Amino acid sequence: MALAEKNKRKKVLIKGNEAVAMGAIEAGCRFYFGYPITPQNEIPEYMSAHLPEVGGTFIQAESEIASINMMLGAGATGVRAMTSSSSPGISLKQEGLSYMAGSEIPGVVVNMSRSGPGLGGISPSQGDYFQATRGGGHGDYRVFVLAPDSIQECYDLIMLAFDMADKYSNPAMILGDAMLGQMKEPLELKKYEPKIFEKKWALTGAKGRPAQYLKSLYLDDGELTEHNWKLFRKYQRMKEDIRVEALYLEDARLVVAAFGSMARVLKSSVKMAQEEGLKVGLIRPITIFPFPQDFIRKTSHQVKHFLTMELNTGQMIEDVRLSVEPGTQVDFFGLPPGSLPAPDVFLKEIKKAYSE
Amino acid sequence: MKQVFKRPESLIDVPFHFCPGCHHGIIHRIVAEVIDEYELREQVIIAASVGCSVFMYDYFDVDVIESPHGRAAAVATGVKRARPDNFVFTYQGDGDLAAIGTAEIIHVANRGENVTVFFVNNTIYGMTGGQMAPTTMIGQKSTTTPRGRDPQEAGHPIHMAELLANLAGTAYSARVAVNNIKNLMQAKKATRQAVEAQLEGMGLGFVEYLSACPTNWKMTPAQACERVGQELIPAFPLGVFKEFKAEAQAKAG
Ligand SMILES: Cc1ncc(C[n+]2csc(CCOP(=O)(O)OP(=O)(O)O)c2C)c(N)n1
Ligand code: SF4
Repeated sequence: MALAEKNKRKKVLIKGNEAVAMGAIEAGCRFYFGYPITPQNEIPEYMSAHLPEVGGTFIQAESEIASINMMLGAGATGVRAMTSSSSPGISLKQEGLSYMAGSEIPGVVVNMSRSGPGLGGISPSQGDYFQATRGGGHGDYRVFVLAPDSIQECYDLIMLAFDMADKYSNPAMILGDAMLGQMKEPLELKKYEPKIFEKKWALTGAKGRPAQYLKSLYLDDGELTEHNWKLFRKYQRMKEDIRVEALYLEDARLVVAAFGSMARVLKSSVKMAQEEGLKVGLIRPITIFPFPQDFIRKTSHQVKHFLTMELNTGQMIEDVRLSVEPGTQVDFFGLPPGSLPAPDVFLKEIKKAYSE
Repeated sequence: MKQVFKRPESLIDVPFHFCPGCHHGIIHRIVAEVIDEYELREQVIIAASVGCSVFMYDYFDVDVIESPHGRAAAVATGVKRARPDNFVFTYQGDGDLAAIGTAEIIHVANRGENVTVFFVNNTIYGMTGGQMAPTTMIGQKSTTTPRGRDPQEAGHPIHMAELLANLAGTAYSARVAVNNIKNLMQAKKATRQAVEAQLEGMGLGFVEYLSACPTNWKMTPAQACERVGQELIPAFPLGVFKEFKAEAQAKAG
């Protein structure tokens, strides 16, 4: 049953967390496993209320570790499954993510991140960028990571995340934060156009076919090397699905690079700069893994000055630096968690960089 | 000539990697025989674990999913919820189930997940070379209790079959041994019961098998088997701690 059809209204005023949950159900997710943590509790709450209506299963697990392993088990049978959490909980899920990547099992993880390290706080932060894009768990693996900057994107991108997880037989992640999870915006409900991915590998019992298994353990000489190269080639292929948003690049003299909620605020700041006649553009990676390296490299052919702005002390800047042509100046403005100022505060920083 | 003994269909015809005298092989065989008896081979999905039993997919001719150390019960939950018509079991050592995976097994029992758990208690970590397990007996030497387990320092051996029997979602819980023919027959009966608990949708079926690890006990296979009778059974009493249904019990003989 499509939610868009079920809901008489096409537009609803909704929190980011609810949008994620609605999008997931619309995308065919029928299994949710989670454990409460602020600021993403509306996701399990929505799922517990609405999954049974569509014949789905909700389990409140005893821990984040258990919930991702339930997702691993369900995903191994070929169904669309999901878990969600926030920073400290995502740390606990890293074990399962590594095993899922190693065994090539799809599944979607949502991180409505909060501030750390440690227990930190519940305010928005982008301190989990490294964890999300570098693998997080042990081993040489990656997850496909999408970073929305609006409630609409929370809804649209979770659908894409399910498709990407299935397409690549790999975990996919939505990296939002406390701001996106908690703020309300109008959301336009859409009908999901289902993509069908053949899942011959799914475990369903060895009836009428040889037994099969999903594993990450390879002990024979060279076997694991080959497996890791295979995974590597897959992560390379993910570049087909890179998404990036760009604003005012045509004649830009300074490019601001930012993702997620920070980019959202900066859109206003950059617009203010434009209104003042400053040639400032913006690049927002929507996929943060794979990172839009080529796009940034091409942009740096024309624009020799970048300003990376993040709600942390500098993480995505490493990817920006690795992407630009040599000779490009890459400045940084970071705001560790604790507060989220208004666009004019950032405008000041943009102007400072611009005048340099 | 009538064939009276053969390799279970659920087992692939390859030699086990287990050490001589290890009971894992016997327990694998019991589980496979019971799966065959109930004609479940094509329905089975195993949530395998970490430990000396890590190579389940090399031995069982059924679908197998690998689980991280200790998490098999959570993995089995996901599998069974997604595929309620499949027969789902885990096979876990004492390190796997009673140490790192304690939370998972307790909550699987408490939720009454309709899965079967085969728990191999050899009172030691086999695969990693003989360190203390939660089940290591008082006074038992291991590589991390070189002077013998002292409960003041290392706590007490944990009794999983009794513990889980206390939880409402556990349908069946028993402890068995395979050190002699009589016990082996009991072990098979308990295995059937645990399977039936799932087939009847009653909740968790749990069997704890006392098992020998001659290598890490630094004993010959014969000595290790003897130790099961002389030391393990007195400390870990055999028996059924939770029975889910009298009729099913009778049916299984
Ligand atoms: C997270 C994690 N920690 C530790 C290990 C190492 N490890 C592998 S097997 C094992 C102990 C297994 O002991 P047990 O479950 O009793 O099984 P046995 O080998 O005795 O059959 C350990 C600690 C691991 N694989 N993963
Ligand atoms: S180490 Fe112990 S448990 Fe492992 S195979 Fe050898 S005897 Fe069996």
